[in-house]
Amino acid sequence: MLYIPGNNPAMLQQGGVYGADSLLLDLEDAVALNQKDAARILLRNLMQSIDFYDAEVCVRINHLSTPFGLADLEAIVPLQPHAIRYPKTESAEELMALIQIIERIEDEHNLPHDQMEVHAMIETALGVQNVFSIAGCSPRVGALTIGGQDLTADMNIVYTPDGAGIDFARKRIVMAAKAWKIDVIDTVFPDINDEEGLIKETEYAKKIGFTGKAVINPRQIDVIHEVYTPTDEEIRKAYKIVKEFLVNREAGIGVFAIDGKMIDAPVVARAQYILDLANVTVEI
Amino acid sequence: MKPKHPSQAGTFESSDVIVLIEPLEIGSGRKIEIESIVKLQYGDNLKNVVNEMLDQYVLTDIHIILKDKGALEPVVKARLETAILRSIDRQNQ
Repeated sequence: MLYIPGNNPAMLQQGGVYGADSLLLDLEDAVALNQKDAARILLRNLMQSIDFYDAEVCVRINHLSTPFGLADLEAIVPLQPHAIRYPKTESAEELMALIQIIERIEDEHNLPHDQMEVHAMIETALGVQNVFSIAGCSPRVGALTIGGQDLTADMNIVYTPDGAGIDFARKRIVMAAKAWKIDVIDTVFPDINDEEGLIKETEYAKKIGFTGKAVINPRQIDVIHEVYTPTDEEIRKAYKIVKEFLVNREAGIGVFAIDGKMIDAPVVARAQYILDLANVTVEI
Repeated sequence: MKPKHPSQAGTFESSDVIVLIEPLEIGSGRKIEIESIVKLQYGDNLKNVVNEMLDQYVLTDIHIILKDKGALEPVVKARLETAILRSIDRQNQ
């Protein structure tokens, strides 16, 4: 997920060419306070005229407690991006209040309530505490994200490359997302010149369950795809497992063995997940 | 209607345009100045875009300057709209 500042025409126009799976068009932290009106109008115009190719388009609006949040929603909701990202979400109640406003705007434009997702950004200690209820408060919540920089600021600690200060938050947010079967996106890696550090952090994020990672520079996209893309060997093994499963299921057999190892439902589910990531379909 | 006060929007960055607005005396009409790296090809089109936007907000007695660095039409329209809304104190709408 590539962050793009909402008031930068050149970057917005090129957003779709970098190969990111999704774009986060940012009206919040990336836009100066005295340019919020300009960014909102620019984004509204460009979202109607620019081809972002296959990338999912998400828009981070300003918090509703600011003078800008409601105007952001009025401008962006009618365009129905893939998702609205809500910063500093701290409770299910405030997310439901946001969704009520979104649905009021959708009603005014005769739009359905089931197309656009809401992504909750967790970046305060209170948000981490309430993340399970936030994730489950509405079927429109399609993903959780963690904001590492703001979270460390809220905790009065320094963000360190080893992520020690936010490790508990990362794992709690992942678990809430898994409990509600929604996506969960890791925070950005801020040092764009440290590729080794980016690889290490992305591998860790993948290992603990994040389904993707945010980036602040297009140079970081390929590195993250490399980490998240299954290897040929993983795909071959997954294909074999799923194919054997389908053959055995036809024969009424639930549990079987491949190369002496028992294959049951969780192993098949994991293999299917790898094939889904690789866009591979198994036919028998 | 005329602008209440001077305003501006946009930047000098590539693919952007800066729009400057100042109110003129009543009865002065519209004074439009365009500087663009693509003025030869798109100068007339830019002027039409400016006039359409001013018509939309029923604005006359206005001096408007565009310094264009190759902005697409939706960018030009966005910067014009922002500058106009700022000049009539409606930027929060």
